[in-house]
Amino acid sequence: MEIRGRAKMNRGEKTFGILITFGILFLFWILLSGLFDVFHLIAGVICSGIVTLMSHDLMVKGKDEKFIGKSLRLFWYIPWELWQIVLANIDVAYRVLHPKMPIDPLLIEFETPLRSDFSLVTLANSITLTPGTITISVEPEKGTFRVHAIAKEPADALLVDQTMQRKVAEVFFVEWSGTDQPTKP
Amino acid sequence: MVLVNGMVTLFLAGGLFFTLVGSIGLLRFPDFYTRLHATGKCDTLGTSLILIGLIIHHLFHYSGTPLVPVRLLFLVFFIFIANPAATHALMKAAYEVGVKPWKLGDERR
Repeated sequence: MEIRGRAKMNRGEKTFGILITFGILFLFWILLSGLFDVFHLIAGVICSGIVTLMSHDLMVKGKDEKFIGKSLRLFWYIPWELWQIVLANIDVAYRVLHPKMPIDPLLIEFETPLRSDFSLVTLANSITLTPGTITISVEPEKGTFRVHAIAKEPADALLVDQTMQRKVAEVFFVEWSGTDQPTKP
Repeated sequence: MVLVNGMVTLFLAGGLFFTLVGSIGLLRFPDFYTRLHATGKCDTLGTSLILIGLIIHHLFHYSGTPLVPVRLLFLVFFIFIANPAATHALMKAAYEVGVKPWKLGDERR
């Protein structure tokens, strides 16, 4: 009984993944072709079907109860991230155009409580896009990031303030209050 | 229409400025890692600003084909995902091969 129930749930997850992947692929086909006659729609169904068969397990890995909450929080996080990108570019432009080139590169390492692939990718991409820092490597097991910073201030933003790590942890519902602070009960 | 054209010009000028700064940084910065700082960031925002300018221009001047701006918007989206990933891949490859980061006071390479 137990096993049958589990098998059924797995099949449900698989169907869910297949449907989501197929839907997104077909929407994308319509968007790119822009033609609504029968030939192009059927060709789209066939092509999306083949791609779905090959790669439906890449996009959706099982159901996640907090999926909608995470997506909403991610959309709330993106505007802040875009603003950080503008600041990053002004920062780089200043360093490039300044006659004395105020740079002092250093390597830093820090740990985060993030473990899931998507949260690690989000934080790594955010670090690369924000002022003066680029991710060099990530250890998925320990959540360790190695980062190249162009000067001391951007490194301090990651090591001391930790605004970005906190925001990403909040998006992915990870309980955390900074590495140096004692954890509250 | 003057307002739209002004906005489009502003976006295109901003994009050109950041792309230019990225190129200057590529020439001025001392080593591999710092050069990637210049190109990785400025190319992302510069290209995106140019594309946003084109989207606005297309929306107002060729409103008969609304799918084209949507495609351009997807282009912006993919650039924002792919560009940091590519920068990170280059950085990681260089670090694992053993390229030494430039320190303040070293010769430029």
